[in-house]
Amino acid sequence: MGLKTPLYDTHVSAHAKIIDFGGWDMPLSYGSQIEEHHAVRRDAGLFDVSHMCVIDLTGTRTREFLRHLLANDVARLAVPGRALYSCMLLPTGGVIDDLIVYFLTESWFRLVVNAGTRQRDLAWIREHAAAFGVAVRERSDLAILAVQGPNARDKTATLLSAAHRGTALGLDRFSAAAIDSWFLARTGYTGEDGFEIMLPGAEAAETWRALVAQGARPAGLGARDTLRLEAGMNLYGNDMDETRHPLESGLAWTVAFEPQGRDFIGREALVRARGDGGPQLVGLVLGERGVLRSHQAVSAAAADGSAGEPLGEVTSGTFSPTLNRAIALARLEPQPGARVLVDIRGKPHAARIVKPPFVRNGKPLVEIQ
Amino acid sequence: MSEQLPQELQYTKSHEWVRSLPNGQVEVGITDHAQSALGDLVFVEVPQVGRTLAAGEACAVVESVKAASDVYSPVAGRVVARNEELAQKPELLNSDPYGAGWLMRIELDAKTPAALLRPSEYEQFLKESE
Repeated sequence: MGLKTPLYDTHVSAHAKIIDFGGWDMPLSYGSQIEEHHAVRRDAGLFDVSHMCVIDLTGTRTREFLRHLLANDVARLAVPGRALYSCMLLPTGGVIDDLIVYFLTESWFRLVVNAGTRQRDLAWIREHAAAFGVAVRERSDLAILAVQGPNARDKTATLLSAAHRGTALGLDRFSAAAIDSWFLARTGYTGEDGFEIMLPGAEAAETWRALVAQGARPAGLGARDTLRLEAGMNLYGNDMDETRHPLESGLAWTVAFEPQGRDFIGREALVRARGDGGPQLVGLVLGERGVLRSHQAVSAAAADGSAGEPLGEVTSGTFSPTLNRAIALARLEPQPGARVLVDIRGKPHAARIVKPPFVRNGKPLVEIQ
Repeated sequence: MSEQLPQELQYTKSHEWVRSLPNGQVEVGITDHAQSALGDLVFVEVPQVGRTLAAGEACAVVESVKAASDVYSPVAGRVVARNEELAQKPELLNSDPYGAGWLMRIELDAKTPAALLRPSEYEQFLKESE
């Protein structure tokens, strides 16, 4: 028996297949995960992501604390409501977690971290917050619904009063606003437009039903994984962890080395690692039918077409419902060609290196040959 | 899952079904329970025609978005036909596991009688393994 979100009974009534995810009993799908995937790309899907952990940080030195704690620089958050994606690092540069930080007021920032790393994150944050006099409060009273897809924002706005509708639809990407009991953010993990709604757990089931009545289709963690992988977004624990730093996890863009005077945890290690020619996270598209899976070995193609020098392995692989092809993220040693071989059940299969994302806003971004 | 199992078929504990054809050959597929547990099927690899199989030999692979799973030959014999349509339409295994989603046809090796489950026995096995 795992932890349950306020929507657990709603999922069971909808005949969801329930699986364990980071200690939580969560819906994998409500029937066909591929149809759920397409609903998000074409219309609107609805996810329960209440297992994710909301942490409020308060105190006059909160911004200063976060500029030390996070590899990205919250100095970039100038307007209240703005959000930033960042890694939280060990001094070795290894990734403790990836998270979103929202700037609410100068003495109140909000973090959303992964479910599986919750305890580790809270302990780490508390340990470092003390010196800055920052209070750390886990908001387990909040549920989170993600409404994602080209029509997700319109469907969500119909639930609001006319006065609030304009605020909701006027939000910039990667921005949030408090609307009555909701904290409404224009963020997500699918590569589509949409909202993430943080709200009191007691209101979650009613809001869920209202969104379903507007035509948002319930979607489970299965579709969430194929959507995020098509969008080229990393999954903590697969694509990075405490043994891997952001520069070898496709996340160099989230590390703010400037200004040089900012002393964030992990900085020294990353400065040393920069430009060392180490492995990189790349995208792969399989040339034929089949499915890419994490931990499959990737090698260079020898002149005779057989598997040559080992290059690394797949970190996340799946079948892309949008492209109708297997896609993956893989951590590979630098090599000149775009053609590699992936070992699938003992046989080499040709794959092509591409730059993620594979799909954004319903459109394929890689060519299928 | 409460649907009645087809009574004319025989089953295995690894969730394959076997249909006896009028010409003495058998048709093989995976059960509704198996397709439901796997979820949306996206890739199917069936054995070459002419391949000789031992009973219990891993001979096909079915892959869903979630996982890859081996299919074991329920009988000993030689593959005489395979469902070519599955290469383009693996979802037939989900939509019609006992019909259009068949995997292969096998000519039985008469020397080795197959140990298969009756519908009631398979049903009992599913209940026990729940």
